[in-house]
Amino acid sequence: MAEPSTAAIYRRLIAAQVRSQASYRASFVLDLLSNVVFLGADLLTVLVVFHRVPVLAGFSLTDTLLVFGLSSLGFSLADLAVGNIDRMQRHVRTGLLDAVLIRPLGVLWQLLVLDVGVRRLGRVCSGVVVLVVAVHLAGVPLTPADVLLLVITPLAGAVFFSAVFVATATVAFWWVDSGELSAALTYGGRDFTSYPMTVYGGWFRHVLAFGLGFGFVAYYPALILLDRPDPLGAPSWLGWCSPVLAAIAAVLAGLVWRTGVRHYRSTGS
Amino acid sequence: MHVIEAKGLRKDFTVRVRKGLLRRERREVAAVDGVDLTVRRGELLGYLGPNGAGKSTTLKMLTGVLNPSGGQVSVCGLTPVPQRILLARRIGVVFGQRSQLWWDLPLRDSYELLRHIYRVPAAEHAARLRRCRDLLELDPFLDTPVRQLSLGQRMRGELTAALLHGPEVIFLDEPTIGLDVVSKQAVRGFLAELGESGDTTIVLTTHDLADIERLCRRIVVIDHGRVVHDGGIDALHARYGSQRRVVVDFDTPPAALPTLPGVHLESATGPRLTFTLDGSASVGALVSALSALGGLRDLSVAEPEIEQVIARLYRSDEGRAPS
Repeated sequence: MAEPSTAAIYRRLIAAQVRSQASYRASFVLDLLSNVVFLGADLLTVLVVFHRVPVLAGFSLTDTLLVFGLSSLGFSLADLAVGNIDRMQRHVRTGLLDAVLIRPLGVLWQLLVLDVGVRRLGRVCSGVVVLVVAVHLAGVPLTPADVLLLVITPLAGAVFFSAVFVATATVAFWWVDSGELSAALTYGGRDFTSYPMTVYGGWFRHVLAFGLGFGFVAYYPALILLDRPDPLGAPSWLGWCSPVLAAIAAVLAGLVWRTGVRHYRSTGS
Repeated sequence: MHVIEAKGLRKDFTVRVRKGLLRRERREVAAVDGVDLTVRRGELLGYLGPNGAGKSTTLKMLTGVLNPSGGQVSVCGLTPVPQRILLARRIGVVFGQRSQLWWDLPLRDSYELLRHIYRVPAAEHAARLRRCRDLLELDPFLDTPVRQLSLGQRMRGELTAALLHGPEVIFLDEPTIGLDVVSKQAVRGFLAELGESGDTTIVLTTHDLADIERLCRRIVVIDHGRVVHDGGIDALHARYGSQRRVVVDFDTPPAALPTLPGVHLESATGPRLTFTLDGSASVGALVSALSALGGLRDLSVAEPEIEQVIARLYRSDEGRAPS
């Protein structure tokens, strides 16, 4: 018999997680539904803003919806895959981290897989719906290049947000009450990327869009899809750079994580 | 060859002590302070010590969870932390307080998942599971979700989970904690049998003295991070002056009592006399001296209880200045 691949093992672990969570049937269904509603609340915020003003910092409602859709789909994919990593402190306390360290598999992958938030699938579904509607309303011509960009942007966004989740959760190894920082960068990052960059001012925009890379999650790709130049003067090819940025973020997050685990193993806390 | 070899193993933790409103002082505390330990293949070792003595920390260093601050350690010829994944396939670990099982799934599913995680061939896995099912009587609850198992059932499940990949060494951190008498006996009986087969090395920490008496021929006692005893139970008795007790009943209280070296009269209530004997004193000499008095009706010898021995051992260390 052939050795099972590592990927096959993780697939089984994910399937086990789905079975586990589905074993509480009523709460599983309710959670799925409430996660659909969740996105609705954020969407409502956008609609309320545009109810008062027709154009926001140069962008119409439909343009903004496209930015919002790209950002929220990327975020909800990340939230589904790794969102529960923010329970790091609890894993240390309950000994799950120790249990994972004595198994012959990678530590981070095991933790992610053992805690995957299947219930957040609802948010991904509504994210897809919002994006499809936004693409339609904004009249994106859907050339092959557009379609490609519509696929890679949410995926790159998902990797990018996952990296932010992992990196900020790792801080819990040094600093117990790191939850606020983590939330500021993950949920805060999502809110920041849900609107066109032109909404924000000065140094704040520079730090978040370029310094931390949030500008590449939705804004620059959306400009290409809308076929309009950046009012702030950035070149349009930046919209294709999100996978590169996501890769850099993933490598950095991996390094932070390794340092965190090494710290845990030398301090035991 | 030794399965476990540790030399000068140590683990320092930094604790921050509050001094005033903002000032905090960092202090290094040695949880494990230079432990030397060698374990042969097939040995069943009891690793004892009071709470906070460094037992769990030692186990965590041997299993590759924590990195030692100093000293050398090898388990199955591997260095635990750098070779964690290789080592993980060759050891089994049961943390009494932490489950390896999938809480919401039937027990059977956990075993199937572990088979894949450890990449165990199906036939080998089935044979080992068969044996555990028989010895630990798992069948009545094999299809029950783990969250619905009683503690005793769960612990039997945990033991099985730790053994299905055929580990060379199995580490058990308080495997009988919180179990009822029947479950304790089931777990003990199983471990005894596993130990007798001679292939599996077992390292066990426990506070349960019956575990020790039943299972461990060798005991390592650790206190304040240091090994304070390494040897058999007998050596422990001899070293810590454990006292046997002889209780005799006479028809009428004897007028005069024999005086023998190392024998003390503990109490005399009516016709019943209780003597305590130091390690070197002979029960035979006492018995013949007593029977010479005449009127001896009944006699019993009580072996020292390990509990007392251990209690003395822990207490004898208390006088030492805390590090």
